Amino acid sequence: MVDLKQVTKIFHRGTANERRALENIDLHLEDGEFVTVIGSNGAGKSTMLNAIAGVWPIDSGTITLDGVDISSMPEHKRASLLGRVFQDPMTGTAADMQIIENLALAARRGKKRRLAWQYSPIEKEDYKLLLATLGLGLEDRLNAKVGLLSGGQRQALTLLMATLQQPRLLLLDEHTAALDPKTAQKVLEITDQIVIENHLTALMVTHNMNDAIRHGNRLVMMNGGKIIFDCRGEEKKKLTVEDLMEKFAQSAGSELASDRALLG
Amino acid sequence: MSLSIASLLTALPGCLAQGTIWGIMALGLYISYRLLDFADLTVDGSFATGGAVAVMLIVRGYPAPAAVLCALLSGVAVGLITGLLHTRLGIAPILSGILTQIALYSVNLHILGNKANQAVSVDKYRLLLTLRNPASSILVAMIFAAVLIAIFYWFFGTELGSAIRATGSNPNMSKAQGIDIRRMKVLALGLSNGIVALSGALMAQYQGFADVQMGRGAIVIGLAAIIIGDVVRHAVFKETRYFSVRLAFVILGGIIYYVVMGVALWLRLPTNDLKLFTAIIVAVALAIPNIKKKGYRSSRKSKEKEADSHG
Repeated sequence: MVDLKQVTKIFHRGTANERRALENIDLHLEDGEFVTVIGSNGAGKSTMLNAIAGVWPIDSGTITLDGVDISSMPEHKRASLLGRVFQDPMTGTAADMQIIENLALAARRGKKRRLAWQYSPIEKEDYKLLLATLGLGLEDRLNAKVGLLSGGQRQALTLLMATLQQPRLLLLDEHTAALDPKTAQKVLEITDQIVIENHLTALMVTHNMNDAIRHGNRLVMMNGGKIIFDCRGEEKKKLTVEDLMEKFAQSAGSELASDRALLG
Repeated sequence: MSLSIASLLTALPGCLAQGTIWGIMALGLYISYRLLDFADLTVDGSFATGGAVAVMLIVRGYPAPAAVLCALLSGVAVGLITGLLHTRLGIAPILSGILTQIALYSVNLHILGNKANQAVSVDKYRLLLTLRNPASSILVAMIFAAVLIAIFYWFFGTELGSAIRATGSNPNMSKAQGIDIRRMKVLALGLSNGIVALSGALMAQYQGFADVQMGRGAIVIGLAAIIIGDVVRHAVFKETRYFSVRLAFVILGGIIYYVVMGVALWLRLPTNDLKLFTAIIVAVALAIPNIKKKGYRSSRKSKEKEADSHG
């Protein structure tokens, strides 16, 4: 359903700081795949998600979703197909607005925003039930400003917002990286729950190898803007952190070797 | 003439009327400054545009309410231009506003028939307000303010209005939720300047003329009204969730500003320095939260340093 073909993104093109953030990425996602993406800093994990979300145009290649080429679609139009949760808990919600207002905004993702009241009484009851599933007590604070919530509460709310309108693809960009370990586990549990219950297709970037192995049904490793390892199903279930370290060392090592060859 | 209380009291109704009209202007500014986080300098020009359009239509025989409506629409058009300069041509917010404002100086002169000002006498035309009758002017201005607050309350509670608020609060989140933030900014700037022009139309009638300079410093007066309103509201309610209360205090802020100006004049403070005082008051009010934050940060930093040295 999602197809990345030969996607390349170069930052600061033509300057001394030129960086090939994505190099001819090919990735195909099937419906219902929950892919964890790992890699070192600067590997291109977040860049790949941003390319799909349309934060900026890609330099070459195509991105198709359900057969539709979305490569040149503006970010706010792609939003109707995508649910997104960001690394910074501040990014995913509007701090000056109430919890219920944030949810209502998300419920209208991809729809025309008219002069009707921002939410209906029925919606309000629905949101209460939904918030209760998070187990964070937010259902009693519908009118509280989101700015008053903790980072973990905001990430959980953003997750709910990202999936209120069933997205074709859920993009999770290190969404637990800014949280303390206990809250991160809670948010990951909620993530699993939401993805499984709604049969979502998801891409989850993480820098925690344990999380990458434990969650999802497919794992992709990136390095230097390329996908260097991709496994799924039974093979993924048997993966260990050591395996991943080895794969990474192999790739990084071969790169070092080629650098040496060049220098030699 | 001495500093008699009587002379202050006679000046008071005029201050109330002018303060309410400037409060309406500040309501327009509230959309760009508070909701959109966009310091829109267009308002200095669009206030005068509103006054010029209204006066020219009234002297040509159009009824005052129709003239006010046309002034509002002209303000909307002006705001759209600033919005397009910013969102489509990528010009920085402040500069987009300044460019439109400068252009409006020429446009406003043209509207006024290539004159710097144009009188509209209450003896010859039926005006909505006039300084000859401050009591009814206050009433009319208050009705405009109340209707606008009601419209704000409704509009910013709708799907579209909340999308505008989200755009100002968090543009990245808004895009991720499918909001076309460029369209929202253009729309909000249009509405904002429409209301500013409307208040200009009221002011021109009140003072009996439109002047190409009448909007000079409008943004500072508007900010003063918003900030004074905030300070007073905090003193009365601490924190309030109610949007309509916040808006009512913007109007009150405008009134307080003008009453203070009236008292300053009564005290024979040099009139030439009034704008200087206003600018200082606004600068201090804008700086206080930042200074407070900075103080907090530096004290936290020193605490961290302490912790480091212990560790």
